[in-house]
Amino acid sequence: MLAKLLSASVLIGILASGVRLATPYLYAAIGETFGQRSGVLNLGVEGQMLLGAFFAFYVTLVTGSLWLGLLAAAVVGALMGLAMAFVTVNLQAEQGISGIGFYLFGLGLSDLLFQKLVGTVKTIQGFPPIHIPVLSDLPVLGPVLFQHNLLVYVAYALVPLAWFVLNKTTIGLKIRSVGENPQAADSLGISVAAVRYYTIIQGGVLSGIAGAALSIGLLNVFQQNMTSGMGFIAVALVYFGAWRPLGVLGGSLLFSMVNALQLWMQVVGVPIPPDLAVMMPYVLTILVLMVTVSKVRAPSALAKPFEREG
Amino acid sequence: MRSRWGALFDLALPLIATLLALLVGAVMLLFLKANPLKAYWALVVGAFGSTNAIAETLVKATPLLLVGLGICIAFQGNVINIGGEGQMIVGAILGTWVGLHFHHWPGWLMITFALTMGFVGGAIWGGIAGALKAYFGVNEILSTVMMNAIAVQLMNYLLRGPMIDPAQAAHASKIPQTARLEMAYRLPRLVPTRLHLGALIALILAFLVYLFLWRTVWGYRIRAVGKNPHAARYGGIPVKKYVVLALLLSGAFAGLAGVIQVYGVNYRMITDGSATGFTGGAGFNGIVAALFGHLHPIGTIPASILFGALLVGANKMQRVAQVPSALITALNGLVVVFVVSSEIWRIRRQRRRLAAQTEKEETTEEETTDYTD
Repeated sequence: MLAKLLSASVLIGILASGVRLATPYLYAAIGETFGQRSGVLNLGVEGQMLLGAFFAFYVTLVTGSLWLGLLAAAVVGALMGLAMAFVTVNLQAEQGISGIGFYLFGLGLSDLLFQKLVGTVKTIQGFPPIHIPVLSDLPVLGPVLFQHNLLVYVAYALVPLAWFVLNKTTIGLKIRSVGENPQAADSLGISVAAVRYYTIIQGGVLSGIAGAALSIGLLNVFQQNMTSGMGFIAVALVYFGAWRPLGVLGGSLLFSMVNALQLWMQVVGVPIPPDLAVMMPYVLTILVLMVTVSKVRAPSALAKPFEREG
Repeated sequence: MRSRWGALFDLALPLIATLLALLVGAVMLLFLKANPLKAYWALVVGAFGSTNAIAETLVKATPLLLVGLGICIAFQGNVINIGGEGQMIVGAILGTWVGLHFHHWPGWLMITFALTMGFVGGAIWGGIAGALKAYFGVNEILSTVMMNAIAVQLMNYLLRGPMIDPAQAAHASKIPQTARLEMAYRLPRLVPTRLHLGALIALILAFLVYLFLWRTVWGYRIRAVGKNPHAARYGGIPVKKYVVLALLLSGAFAGLAGVIQVYGVNYRMITDGSATGFTGGAGFNGIVAALFGHLHPIGTIPASILFGALLVGANKMQRVAQVPSALITALNGLVVVFVVSSEIWRIRRQRRRLAAQTEKEETTEEETTDYTD
């Protein structure tokens, strides 16, 4: 059994699936990273993903255009973000709890719309894999890295982009200062509200696309509660990655690789109960959080509403 | 006079928030070409239209109240427990296992034992998250989410393997469920409906949790840690221990909700692979109920009944008005959003009152002198 698991083709399969499975986590967790760096904890990612997944799927089903589907996911994510921003910035609501509210809203609404508008399980043609010329022919690296669909490539391209924006641009500096010391940022003339609106809406857009990556990229189907906790995992990966895009990439890859490993173990027939195998990435995440979390400090103003004094 | 109006205002806020949520729901219904009045009327009739309907509402309210009591404890201690689903499952597993393993015990003895085991199971699951937070700095939101996922898989594994009903194991279909509990082990019913003793237990516990939080040293310390951990530490309270205690107790009540669901309603555990298949979403909806009750155990009682009614009424609505009951999940979410958003008015009013009060006198509210040893 173990020999079968260690064969070259299976190992390549595991790595390639791991790279692919990390996509939705990357979108959602990068979006959440921006939010948290500006001091906003968005626990509603799961709900945004579900609505994004549904609208991407439904619009694609009706119009036949994947691009319109993707756009719909981004728009609905932005709307959810806008609502979340209003509630947490203007009304200063408790972020963790309002996030749970948005989660339940997305969970219920996506299910409701699915039952009313689609009804039965249908499949669509999702984004096709693009074989990058020359690179995709490389041994091992080719199938692992260069034979994926567009949404996968974009997700990985987002990582350096997010790093650059956060660390090397003015808007990144504003985001970080608002997350660390909103009072000081405010006194320097930075609008805390505007920055947070921006990061929350951007987070919503990315969560919506994360859902689309699932429903019109990876699985090409929509089902009730199809994310089954992925949005919450994405939030966890932000802590895991210590609020840095590169750390988030590492966490997403590790989590997805272990997930791919357990899926392939079942395919190959390793005698471990599948239910216990599914646990592996979760247990691993907790263990890694235990070792790493205490060493890194969260953004000081995380989850704290900002109110001007006087 | 002003403070009485103020108190009334505080109580009315969640109701206004609910009405707003229902209004948004009505708009959603119009979009789906359903008649909102007809749908909502079906909801009310479904929840309260007959003795049976009321009993069903209370049956649904029971796990919400129990989970909600745990949430009250956790949130008063300023820890966010969203692991209710997992804690319910683990409590149910432990409680069901003893009921299936030991035969021919007197009913009252087994029920007491099983409920205790459910309490312990949930306490373990919540306590792990508490220890992770207190001693390893792992955010409890993350750990409880992970522990939910782990508990679901544990349940699926046990119900497909070690704990599967022997009849199902022999059968080709292999439905993942346990055997049924002996007749004697089932929670007695209160009236000739499905209403069972668990509802009464939950009601009594609500008063006990109130006494615990506001009339004991432990409860006082949990709230002190929740209000201001630095001040609590300065006052000599071992903060870490009380963080663990808050999550442990919170989990314990969810575990009790899980085992009562088995002993009072289903008489067996069965899984459809998801957490909500067993819990019916009570682990999350209990949070909604507790928030609605202002994180007060007594306030959580009517709140649970309201949300239990929504759940039961939703089934009727689905049959009569062809509106999927998922609408209720979405509405619950809106209620949460609106309730936490409306807090700002309550807090502002409180601040104004405090400012006015401090001008007149120096004394502050509540028990600042008690228990400071």
